[in-house]
Amino acid sequence: MTLWLTLLGMGLVTYAIRAVPLLALDRRPMPPRLRQALRFVPPAVLSAIVFPEMLWPGGRFDLSLANDRLLAGLLAIAVAWFSKNVLLTIGLGLLTLWLLQAL
Amino acid sequence: MHPHAQFLAGVRSELPIALGVIPFGLIYGVLALGAGLPADAAQAMSSVVFAGSSQFIGQQMIGAGAPPLLVVVTAFVVNLRHALYSTSIEPYVKHLPVRWKLTLAYLLTDEAYATTIVNYQAPGDVTHKHWFFLGAGLTLWSVWQASTAAGVLFGAQVPAAWALDFTLALTFIGLVVPALKDRAGLAAAVSAGLVAVAAYTLPLKLGLLLAAFTGIGVGVAVESAARDRRLASRDRG
Repeated sequence: MTLWLTLLGMGLVTYAIRAVPLLALDRRPMPPRLRQALRFVPPAVLSAIVFPEMLWPGGRFDLSLANDRLLAGLLAIAVAWFSKNVLLTIGLGLLTLWLLQAL
Repeated sequence: MHPHAQFLAGVRSELPIALGVIPFGLIYGVLALGAGLPADAAQAMSSVVFAGSSQFIGQQMIGAGAPPLLVVVTAFVVNLRHALYSTSIEPYVKHLPVRWKLTLAYLLTDEAYATTIVNYQAPGDVTHKHWFFLGAGLTLWSVWQASTAAGVLFGAQVPAAWALDFTLALTFIGLVVPALKDRAGLAAAVSAGLVAVAAYTLPLKLGLLLAAFTGIGVGVAVESAARDRRLASRDRG
């Protein structure tokens, strides 16, 4: 039950974000500072997920060369930077992780 | 162009993007099952929420036992960017009845916005261009539901050794890194990442929100400082 209410809540807030400006319910122009802040939501949120995935693998802090996910993630960052291709980033990152785990 | 032609043009322009979305739908389905969501809930999230990044984060938080309110607030923050899309589309849909606006709002994803705004900004009468939006939106919607279903169906057979959970991080790396075009964006990403690592052991996954707001604040500060410097040097010159 709680799970379904959570899903419903996620759906409602997401729909509200998409619908309210489209319906022009709020006719004031978006404050410039808010508009500016929204631009930084994707890099901030997504990095806040990526960094711990690389540095806290399995719930344990690990900043060392023995950390396979850190190395695979760093390689993926380089691939993403040069290729600008999401699927290639995922493919090479995962392949690297598998190779490191097999070593 | 007539409504029919606009609709088909929308479908055609969305198809390549929709095909690229298939792996993400698959991965989402697999991860959601792996996180312990029942198959029906995992599938339902794709139609009730219909926003990829927040679904990835949502299934992870639900799986980790985060409190429902925090999951909802996080989805809100992650999806805030859609308000920008909605604001930029609004002038083009002013003439439409409310039922159209309510439908189009549901279909307003990153991927549908990308093609729709290009079509709106192209020369030509906007009277029927909402049909293009509908075609693009429904195409992406169908592909997202179908690929989620495929992920949910086959997800149970994926061995843990494949480490598919890491594709979440890899996907976000692929999305964020190429978009880092200036110092402010980079500062936002790095500061958010460092705070997330430092605050990882905070209860309730609160570290994620703390990190996100830090990153947003740092990005705004760096960008404003850069703008002030530009203005100052122009005044001197």
